[in-house]
Amino acid sequence: MRIICPVKRVPDTAAEKKIAADNTLDRDGSEPVLNANDEWAIEEAMRVKEAGKADEIFALCMGPEQAQQTIRKALSYGLDGAIQVSDEGCAGSDAPATARVLAGALGDEPWDLILMGNQSSDARTMLVPAMLAEYLGVPALTYAKRLEVGDGEVTVDRETPTGHQTVTAPTPAVVSVVEAINEPRYPSFKGIMAAKKKPLAVKDLAGIGLAADDVGSAGAWTQTLDIAPKPPREAGEQVTDDGSGAVGAEAIAEFLVRQKML
Amino acid sequence: MDILVLGDHERGTPKKITHQLLTAARGIADGAVHALLLGPDAGAHAEQLGAYGAATAYVWEHPDAQDYATEPQTAALLAAVEASGAQVVLYPGDPLLSDVVARAAVRLGAGVVTDVTDLERADDALVATKPIFGGDMTSRCQVTPGRAQFLGIKANAFADEEAGGSPADVVPLEVTVADEARRARVVEVVEAEATGRPEMTEAPIVVAGGRGLGDAEGFELIEQLADVLGGAVGASRAATDAGWYPHQHQIGQTGKTISPQLYIGAGISGAIQHRAGMQTSQTIVAINKDPEAPIFSIADLGVVGDLKQVIPALVAEVEKRGS
Ligand SMILES: Cc1cc2nc3c(=O)[nH]c(=O)nc-3n(C[C@H](O)[C@H](O)[C@H](O)COP(=O)(O)OP(=O)(O)OC[C@H]3O[C@@H](n4cnc5c(N)ncnc54)[C@H](O)[C@@H]3O)c2cc1C
Ligand SMILES: Nc1ncnc2c1ncn2[C@@H]1O[C@H](COP(=O)(O)O)[C@@H](O)[C@H]1O
Repeated sequence: MRIICPVKRVPDTAAEKKIAADNTLDRDGSEPVLNANDEWAIEEAMRVKEAGKADEIFALCMGPEQAQQTIRKALSYGLDGAIQVSDEGCAGSDAPATARVLAGALGDEPWDLILMGNQSSDARTMLVPAMLAEYLGVPALTYAKRLEVGDGEVTVDRETPTGHQTVTAPTPAVVSVVEAINEPRYPSFKGIMAAKKKPLAVKDLAGIGLAADDVGSAGAWTQTLDIAPKPPREAGEQVTDDGSGAVGAEAIAEFLVRQKML
Repeated sequence: MDILVLGDHERGTPKKITHQLLTAARGIADGAVHALLLGPDAGAHAEQLGAYGAATAYVWEHPDAQDYATEPQTAALLAAVEASGAQVVLYPGDPLLSDVVARAAVRLGAGVVTDVTDLERADDALVATKPIFGGDMTSRCQVTPGRAQFLGIKANAFADEEAGGSPADVVPLEVTVADEARRARVVEVVEAEATGRPEMTEAPIVVAGGRGLGDAEGFELIEQLADVLGGAVGASRAATDAGWYPHQHQIGQTGKTISPQLYIGAGISGAIQHRAGMQTSQTIVAINKDPEAPIFSIADLGVVGDLKQVIPALVAEVEKRGS
């Protein structure tokens, strides 16, 4: 069994974000990191492999040359290699365009299971996993908080607001995971050193059978008109309780009455 | 321009979010508004959606809508788009329905905008406003002209106002489900014991607790406050990581995004990754014993105090005023 882990390079949530003139995120202006939710997918893939149920795990990333830093980070967890789609034509891709690129990149690749995060911290559309599955013509088991890999099938506990559904599907399939699925390990020093030498295949759009206007801003099905920083929220009033809870409780109750919420 | 609202329901009773979506649809429609409800009992009270402006309520009650994940529902959504002729679909940001929308959008070549908080008609296009980067910025975007438009509407972004319309025409959908669409099969549904609380992402009031609660039992305080206010319960990652509360209640960058009318956070410091999930709340109240806690910088009301004292006193105060 061969597992593919799509990984995204995202700005660090804690870093200041800058917007470039073309309404895209200036990704060089904000500390890029490996999307946190993808780390849980990588950890889960490693566990499947360590249980002897997978032979190989490859990362897959659509991103510019600088994203190789992120790909190496992914490899340092112990993955076997990576595929990168790097092409100026990818810039400005929306969720369907991203899914088309990722699906295109898998055109000639053997794979049985795609394990990915349920959301990216920047775009946060939560659409890419199901869209990727649609382009690949396979089932998607999303929001998994538990994964079980069987013989030719996968079963997940899919998180719902009130509990979970246990869902099973034959492979090949896409599985997206939520944070509750595991506790990711830290890359070992050995892993970090080995990551530098792992195979990384870089493809461009032509190489995966897509034209520049199939994806990127030209091929996106949505357009951003403008982006504006939100005026920062002002701190409101602050009340210090007297230690008994009475002053604090009174302040909140009065506030709720003023807000017509009580 | 007709609009289709993909609604949600609880055993046949349309959820408030469905009413909010219909109200949003009325605001931008220059044709008819239709609704779609999926799953067992979907049609039980669907005619009531007429009061919110739905001319037609398409329903698909087949067991396939529940026993198989996503793909049969995708077929039903496509059938409703075709039957209604609508080129605009409004849907709630619910994870399960988002998967359905994602697949249907790919099949139709429809553009999808998620997390929409406002909609405006500009010539023939609909311009959607949405928070991005955890609410740090606001973006206006639109679907590329000529494509069907799928718009995910954030809970509580629109009010739910009745329009006084006559009962909706309830139309059962004929849906052909290919065998292939039954590949992902739901084998078991596990529901936590019913709490009677609203769902966190849709609730107008959310009371959230963090590491400052000290232990899992601390969440009883949060639940008591949520219950007297009729709110939902949320948690910080420190609390879900510690196993004090289930992960689906986690608010933040790697959990859920909420925009309730009122967020009350207790024992939560307000780290940026937490704020990324709640700073678009309309009103923020924080209880923290540390006057320097970052949450106070975005709180409309901050109470510096011990939550173990303040919450029980507040519960009593709310009960007193409520009765
Ligand atoms: C990649 C990444 C993703 C993350 N995603 C999320 C996410 O989705 N959601 C999230 O919440 N966090 C997330 N975090 C974690 C985040 O950085 C914080 O660690 C976390 O939010 C802290 O939770 P907390 O506020 O409950 O705990 P703490 O930061 O420890 O704060 C506890 C607070 O309780 C107060 N307190 C203690 N006792 C009392 C008392 N008796 N009365 C009143 N106040 C008291 C303290 O003064 C303190 O301010 C993420 C971090 C990373 C790196
Ligand atoms: N450019 C990309 N390259 C590789 N994977 C991606 C990319 N964008 C999104 N993904 C994957 O899609 C998941 C969901 O992202 P999103 O739909 O943007 O919330 C992420 O956790 C990644 O696994």
